[in-house]
This record gives sequence, C-alpha cells and structure tokens, in this order.
Amino acid sequence: MGKKVALTGNEAAAHAIRQINPDVVAAFPITPSTPIPQNIAQYIADGKMDTELVTVESEHSAMSACIGAAAGGGRVMTATSANGYALMWEMLYIASGARLPIVMAVAARALSGPLNIHGDHSDIMGGRDSGWIELVAENSQEAYDNLIQAVKIAENKDVMTPALGAFDGFNISHSIEIWEMEDDDKVREFVGEYEPLFPLLKTEEPVTHGAWAPPDWYFEHRMSQLKGLLNAKDVVVNVGKEFGKAFGREYGIYEAYKMDDADYVIVAMGSVCGTTKDVVDSLRDNGVKAGLLKLRLFRPFPYKELADVLSGAKAIAVLDRVSPAGAQGGPLFNEIRSALYDANNRPPVINYSYGLGGRDTQPVHINSVYDTLKKIVETGKVEKQFDCLNLRGAWG
Amino acid sequence: MAEKLLDWNEVLIGATIKDPGNSRSYETGSWRVERPVWNPDECIQCMFCWVYCPDSSILVDENGKMTGIDYDHCKGCGICVEQCPKKSKALTMLLEADAKGKSEEEIRKEAFSK
Repeated sequence: MGKKVALTGNEAAAHAIRQINPDVVAAFPITPSTPIPQNIAQYIADGKMDTELVTVESEHSAMSACIGAAAGGGRVMTATSANGYALMWEMLYIASGARLPIVMAVAARALSGPLNIHGDHSDIMGGRDSGWIELVAENSQEAYDNLIQAVKIAENKDVMTPALGAFDGFNISHSIEIWEMEDDDKVREFVGEYEPLFPLLKTEEPVTHGAWAPPDWYFEHRMSQLKGLLNAKDVVVNVGKEFGKAFGREYGIYEAYKMDDADYVIVAMGSVCGTTKDVVDSLRDNGVKAGLLKLRLFRPFPYKELADVLSGAKAIAVLDRVSPAGAQGGPLFNEIRSALYDANNRPPVINYSYGLGGRDTQPVHINSVYDTLKKIVETGKVEKQFDCLNLRGAWG
Repeated sequence: MAEKLLDWNEVLIGATIKDPGNSRSYETGSWRVERPVWNPDECIQCMFCWVYCPDSSILVDENGKMTGIDYDHCKGCGICVEQCPKKSKALTMLLEADAKGKSEEEIRKEAFSK
C-alpha cells in the first residue's frame, strides 16, 4: 500500500526517479530543481537505488550524456530548470530527433534577464517546439504521478519520444504538501522493463545514431518524428487510465473542473489551477456558472479535444505564465484560440499574463478574471484582449 | 544515390541506420571539379596519399600496394597530390572538363604532359 507523505514537489520528483530506478541520470544543479539530483545522489549513496549518476559540468553536457546513455540502450532521466533547460536547447532537439525516450523533471522557472530564480513557464514554453512531450502538474501529487507515467508514455513503441514532467518552481518544487507515495515495487511493476529499439551497446546488431540526413532525407525523418509525438496523445490517455487502475488516480489530457454547464471558463496549467478551483467553488456557491479547464498535456497539443470541451462556454480567459513576447498573446492563448476557430460556437477568448518571475496570483486576481468574463458576456464587448494579473500599472 | 528514397512512413525511427558503412553508397565523387591522376610508373608506394586522403579514396590491394583512385568517392580535394613526394610526381591534378570522354591512358598523358 502507498502511504501519505508530507514532502516538497522536488522530493516527489526525486522519489519518483528513485522508484523508477533508471539506468542513468546525468544532471547539473540549478535552482529550483537542485534538490532532485541532490536527493538522487543521497539515495544512491544510501543504497536505495543503483542508477549511474553522471555529474556533468553543464546542462548542455547533462542532456548530451543523457542522449549518449539512451542511445546506448539505457533508461535515462534528468532534471533541470530555466537557464539550465535553455542551455540544453540544442540537445533537446537531438534527443527528440533521435527518438530517445529520455524523461526529464522540470521545476519550471523564469528565464533571465533580469536575473530571477522563481517560478513561471518561460523555460517549457520556450522549448515547446523541441519535439518533447510536455506534461504539466498542478501539485506535488501530479508531479510525482506524471513522471511515473511519462516513462511509460515516452517508451511506448508508437511514441519513442522524450517527455518532460513540469511543475511550477517554488510554488510546487519547494512547497510541502501531503501526497501519496506508492510502493517501490508497484511503481517498478507499472513502468516495467525498458526495451530499447536500437541500442548501440548491442554489438551483434550494429547501428548508427546521429548520421546526417541531406535535403533528400531530412524532411521525411522530421515528419516520421512528428508522427511519434502525435501518437503520444492517445498513449497519454491510455497510460492515465492504467495508472488509475493501478493507483486509484486516473488522468486524461486535461481536467474539466465544473465545466459541464460552465459559462465563464478559465484555461490554465500548473499550480494556479489550485487557486482557480477555490475561486470556482466560491463563485458556484453564489450561483455563478464558473469553470476551469486545466490542461495537463501541452505537447502534443490536443486541439480537437480542447475545442470540444470549450465551445460550450460563453466567454473564455486563457492564463499564460509567460510574456507573449511579441505574439498576439501567450502560447496557450494562441493555440486555444486557433483550436476554437473551427468550432461551431466561437466564444470570445481573452488572455492574461500572470505569475511572471514568481509573482503571486491570489484568489482576488482570479476573481477579477471571472468578473471580466461576466462583463464581456453582459455587454458583448471585449475591451482588452490581453491584460496582466497583479502587474503594477494598467497595461496598454 | 544508389539507395531507394523512402517515404516518411518507411524511414527507420530516429534516423537510425541499421546497415553501418552505407555511406559507401553515397557517391561524393560527383562534387569533383578537379581529379587526381595517378602515374603508377613513377609511384614509389610510400602510401602518404593513402594516409592523408580524408575520403578513403586511395585503392589498395591485399598486399598494401596502391592500385588506383576511387573516383566514386574522391571529392578532388588535392591533398594526395600535395602529399606525393615531389621528385616522383606520381600524382597530379587535372580539370574534370579536360578528362571528360577520354580513356585512362589519354587522361594520364594529358595530365603528366603539362
């Protein structure tokens, strides 16, 4: 039987990795994910796992070592944040292009500058097109559960694509919450044995990884890679069901919180969803039909499923924990709006940036979003398509 | 290229290559502007060209003796000619345009008469 524990999100991730007991972890410390490799080193020293921990000199080297170990045929995991993730950038594409199912925990953090070590989604949103599967957790329980499922999703033969399990830096990574840790043997049984497709170390069947693909080959390989990533969507659903059967917590590609008859809907990812659920509950107590669509799978982006579940709303606000960086809005906003373009009912969609660099987002801010949505439905007018939550000075 | 160009749903996952050494089927000789021409009568079998050739295009028999040049893969970089000891003059460069349509003997004559 699993047990209830009171530990941080980083410890949840570290325990998931300990229980998965991968062949190799290559990692470099960076706030706020540092406690993950730190705890792994401790578990190895204490004889609680037998993973080969490669202490490299940078995140570029961390991902490079992960790629080498995965090409060799090992089950490989790592952890990082922010600028460390950014330093991996080049190698992220090589991991996904080589179809190596590496699993990475990301304590999501703001990118400098100005220098900031706190939570937001600048890292994982910046790398959203690197070909990795991206799962985002609301709390420590999900951070733990997602990493265990990510192994099975990434290693699925129809997928064979690296996956990251993200959770908000500090909000989750450093907050102690009560969550359920499953038994070691149950977790190992769930993830099963990894059978690599083309391990370099199987010398009786020699293969080449990382060869060049000229213009008459590259395009076909990229589209073959895309198919693997897209296949992940159904696998995420299936593995989420299997996980539910094994441990009693079922997962899908999103969580529809009081969405059935919701008129006013917030779409968000990560820890802000906890705050939003509280606000939805109190609005419902007052007869306001509020709902939350919490997205769990950002890549591959499940645009059809999202359009179906959102097209019944009267007004939608998408919360992005990044700056739009010169686009019409944040990445989640743009993709949700694009998904709704083909829907029969196209409700107005507005966008907020929130929580940048660890800025607090409180119920009062989420309440203001629902107030704005109500006003849009009452007046039929969108005054501001993009706005900011808890920013000093009116944006515009 | 000699190999069949596969569709996107036929290529091997992760651009993996299961038949190592298949770069041999990629004929880089078509890139050549100039070609090295070998004169076996002057060659002292020092094998400097074989050591320095970046494309493994110096052909060698089972006794380790040079037998010619692999024009399917030689890119015409000229390193072999640079490395060939000057006195013997067993290798020299010739424009592909001047070699076109000529026999091996005619090409050798053309190259070494200059």
